Amino acid sequence: MQKFLGDAAEFLPILLQGVGLTILVTLGSLLLSTILGLVWALLRVSGLRALSLLSAGLINVIRGIPIIVLLFYLYFVMPDFGVTLTALQAAILGLGIAYSAYQAENFRAGIEAIDKGQIEAAQTIGMGWWLTMRRVVLPQAVKIVLPPYGNIMIMLLKDSSQASTITVAELALQGKLIASSTFKNTSVFTLVALMYLTMSIPLILLVRHFENKANQR
Amino acid sequence: MIELRDVHKRFGSHEVLKGISASVEKSEVVCIIGPSGSGKSTILRCINGLESYEAGDILVEGARVERDARSIVAIREQVSMVFQRFNLFPHRTALENVVEGPIYVKHEPRAEALERGRALLAQVGLAEKADAHPAQLSGGQQQRVAIARALAMQPKAILFDEPTSALDPELVGDVLSVMRKLADDGMTMVVVTHEMGFARDVADRVLFIDGGVIVEQGAAKSVLNQPQHARTQDFLRRVLHPL
Repeated sequence: MQKFLGDAAEFLPILLQGVGLTILVTLGSLLLSTILGLVWALLRVSGLRALSLLSAGLINVIRGIPIIVLLFYLYFVMPDFGVTLTALQAAILGLGIAYSAYQAENFRAGIEAIDKGQIEAAQTIGMGWWLTMRRVVLPQAVKIVLPPYGNIMIMLLKDSSQASTITVAELALQGKLIASSTFKNTSVFTLVALMYLTMSIPLILLVRHFENKANQR
Repeated sequence: MIELRDVHKRFGSHEVLKGISASVEKSEVVCIIGPSGSGKSTILRCINGLESYEAGDILVEGARVERDARSIVAIREQVSMVFQRFNLFPHRTALENVVEGPIYVKHEPRAEALERGRALLAQVGLAEKADAHPAQLSGGQQQRVAIARALAMQPKAILFDEPTSALDPELVGDVLSVMRKLADDGMTMVVVTHEMGFARDVADRVLFIDGGVIVEQGAAKSVLNQPQHARTQDFLRRVLHPL
């Protein structure tokens, strides 16, 4: 234990630099996946067959490709087509795209949970598609969507470690680098695990809060 | 003001409306009666474009109802609808439900819309419920809010789709009396209903529909008191004397 605390004091500053990148990658890809997911979901429920099929196809393609392959593609293949991204950009873009599929399915479920009668009522007072979404569907869908959204945040935080495969020096990669140079595998990876857990706990509490709120209705 | 000419509508292979022709004049109250599945509600839903129709014409103030066109919004501003299941927006208060259309569709000044909204709630006897959410209201109260919401659009006509069918019997009267008052004030109304008493006392004309066609129509009292057609007679006998 004494030894572990000593190692911790020594490695923590380096690992904390990784935490910064982990948070950056997580927040960046959360924002991107939320926006993209909302776009896919709205296309899906647009009522226009072509857009709906396009969105469904896109979601399935994204879902069917492993995140790590998506990251390799953005970071190692795109330069061949003249698009060079930094590792951080590729990580945020890749995770954002990968998670947009899950976000989209969650948003769609929330939107489709709204009673069709309310949508008809909105139409009969002259609301168009977008106004119905903005004033009637989305405000209610948000409450349904939030608990699963919190879970997606937790998954995304952990999957941000995959950015290590394209050289983003986030928490997991920092840990790996320290471990391979000091051979203190136990101390280092225990620390890394504890730090991920520490970041997850607020999110877990947030999910619980959302769930309680959703149940109150 | 509303005219249907030989309207046909099918759901898949099932033809729901097999050539409906009818008209509703300004300030007229027309009740549509008939067995369930006869296409009564479908007629209302076609009039304000919630359903499309395959053949024939539906005209509102001379404009053809075309579901995909931009003109449908203009038609819906003139013809409001009240649903069997109220369909209030549960995340908004009674007053917010009423002013939603005026503020966000018609872009009326907020203060004016709110003032008129309160007046409408008072008109349906719910002035003190302005800040209640739908979940806190009884079915009858919710339906009266829905009527106020329809009125808030200042429509030229209101379509009622079985407005009392989802209500507990003791709450039906409040809703019917609000509707009767509207009729007395000269509102044009098309009412799909099973309330034969309301049809007899308030309606100018009654259409009896069965199997997607108008079997019989005429002045409310004559259709309900001396039905000519055997199917009308049979239907009324079963509705009025279920035992």
